[in-house]
Amino acid sequence: MAGGKLIDLMGITKKFGDNVVLDNLDLYIKENEFLTLLGPSGCGKTTTLRIIGGFENPDSGKVIFDGKDVTKLPPNERPLNTVFQKYALFPHMSIAENIAFGLKIKKKSKTYIQDKIKYALKLVNLEGFENRSPDSLSGGQQQRIAIARAIVNEPKVLLLDEPLGALDLKLRQDMQYELIRLKNELGITFIYVTHDQEEALTMSDTIVVMNQGYIQQVGTPEMIYNEPKNAFVADFIGESNIIPSTMLEDGLVSILGTKFACVDKDFGKNQPVDVVIRPEDIDLIKEEESALNGVVTSLIFKGVHYEMEVLAGGHEWLVHSTDLFPVGSKVGIKVDPFDIHIMNKPQSEDEEAATPDEY
Amino acid sequence: MNTKKWLSYPYTIWMGIFVIIPLFIIIYYGFTAEGGGFTLSNISLITDPINLASLWLSLELSLVSTAICLLLAYPLSLILHGMKLKNNSFIIMIFILPMWMNFLLRTLAWQNILEKTGVINTFLKLLHLPALDLINTPGAIIFGMVYNFLPFMILPIYNSLSKISDDYINAARDLGANSLLTFLKVILPLSLPGVVSGITMVFVPSLTTFVISDILGGSKVVLIGNIIEQQFKTVNNWHTGSGLSLVLMVFILFSMAILTKYDKESEGKNIW
Repeated sequence: MAGGKLIDLMGITKKFGDNVVLDNLDLYIKENEFLTLLGPSGCGKTTTLRIIGGFENPDSGKVIFDGKDVTKLPPNERPLNTVFQKYALFPHMSIAENIAFGLKIKKKSKTYIQDKIKYALKLVNLEGFENRSPDSLSGGQQQRIAIARAIVNEPKVLLLDEPLGALDLKLRQDMQYELIRLKNELGITFIYVTHDQEEALTMSDTIVVMNQGYIQQVGTPEMIYNEPKNAFVADFIGESNIIPSTMLEDGLVSILGTKFACVDKDFGKNQPVDVVIRPEDIDLIKEEESALNGVVTSLIFKGVHYEMEVLAGGHEWLVHSTDLFPVGSKVGIKVDPFDIHIMNKPQSEDEEAATPDEY
Repeated sequence: MNTKKWLSYPYTIWMGIFVIIPLFIIIYYGFTAEGGGFTLSNISLITDPINLASLWLSLELSLVSTAICLLLAYPLSLILHGMKLKNNSFIIMIFILPMWMNFLLRTLAWQNILEKTGVINTFLKLLHLPALDLINTPGAIIFGMVYNFLPFMILPIYNSLSKISDDYINAARDLGANSLLTFLKVILPLSLPGVVSGITMVFVPSLTTFVISDILGGSKVVLIGNIIEQQFKTVNNWHTGSGLSLVLMVFILFSMAILTKYDKESEGKNIW
């Protein structure tokens, strides 16, 4: 899966008026990886994609593609293709003409184009759609055609700008598997933009979590989920309990006045920290067996598990469990040492957004 | 929806009284002689050499002025659209502004400018240059048509360009098209509906005008509109006037039919 650096973004800064969208961003993308730019709206993820695609010029910084500086190249001279959020199929052309657009510009032969159209439609499971018009297709079908139109050009990189955003949940899930299959069949690099953390976790090799123009964390889905670098990442990726605590010494943390064993080290003594605990990592046990006790205040059945809120030590703990504890029951809280994630406390709001990252 | 149907009644009544009924009156007059008997002679009057020449000249001048309007309006709309000005209504106001002044006044002003003793020739005289024959020529009429009808070409084209989503343009660039190809294969075909309505909105009033040719053409250039006007106002023969009007109407309907057909074909069809 890992190849060399294919795209290297070096010190990219982009402003729209006074609004700094990207601030000195460094990021590289390896060959053949499925990389996802993940973050809330306005975090700069789409701007990053548009800079890679050539639709936006950075105010400073360089875009290196395959060893060459492409910062100033227009989109039509870059060896990559984009799948747009709103599909952007040309409404005045048939499906076949849409798919053939890029190939005709490259002056490919008629038979080559015909073969490619057939191949692409088969790849996206829409055989026989050649002569349909785009507006006679459903959203999901249009999105597949948009993907087909992009990949017939055999790009080295496929850019996808929230391509599933406009689809309904079921279709979105189907398309996720479809995209993974396509990625594997084509063996090309995918750069994917989304605000949906589940989508990112499902499909990516690498996730880049962004906030306010800064990269918060880069890593595999497991790393991002299990070892969030800061409270923003922890909060954005899945649900979590983020509790201000004190690191007493290596391997011992005081959470809401109760001592818990943990595996983290090197935070110093009596240092204020943030503790992240995933709701599914909390075990509810009998009161007398735990040092931290509380009362269940709400209970919701979620299908796979129960979602409970437990008031303990002055904090509302979010707990996912397959065991049922009715509202009002007194419970003890138990967390295994390796499920307690310690993070440095940000000194200010600004720093929280700007947490510097070397990876 | 049906409950609000009564809201359209005033409009329907208005249309009936002021459009449909007058149309039938014109048809009645067009197909009847002075006494009231049925005749086709009013219609066949168009084959009279003078009338035919006028009709031909009208078609010629309105086609030329439509073409000039298109050639001026399309690049202008492109430039305006490319400027991506925040205040669209301001641009539209600039185009509407001349129309705040009475149509007749505007045309009379141009008569003053183009006249033998008008502004331009006075200026040329000051420079000791020979006077130009500007007024009462087909050129003056074309100028008047273009001047008066240009906004009707710019607005629909500008409108249709604004409606083209940036996504389409980005997609074309992304698929390898340079600016020229992007224009030819995406922007131009997608703006055709605006072009078609612009053509209609300039061609139809140009073909039927009699005011512009009256003021800027004098009695030297007689368009079919002038002939029809004369039938009604000078000769006072409503029958022949109506007959000729019907012929002109056929021409307009015919040209509109061609345009709409082309417009329909351009949607979702091969332009390559």
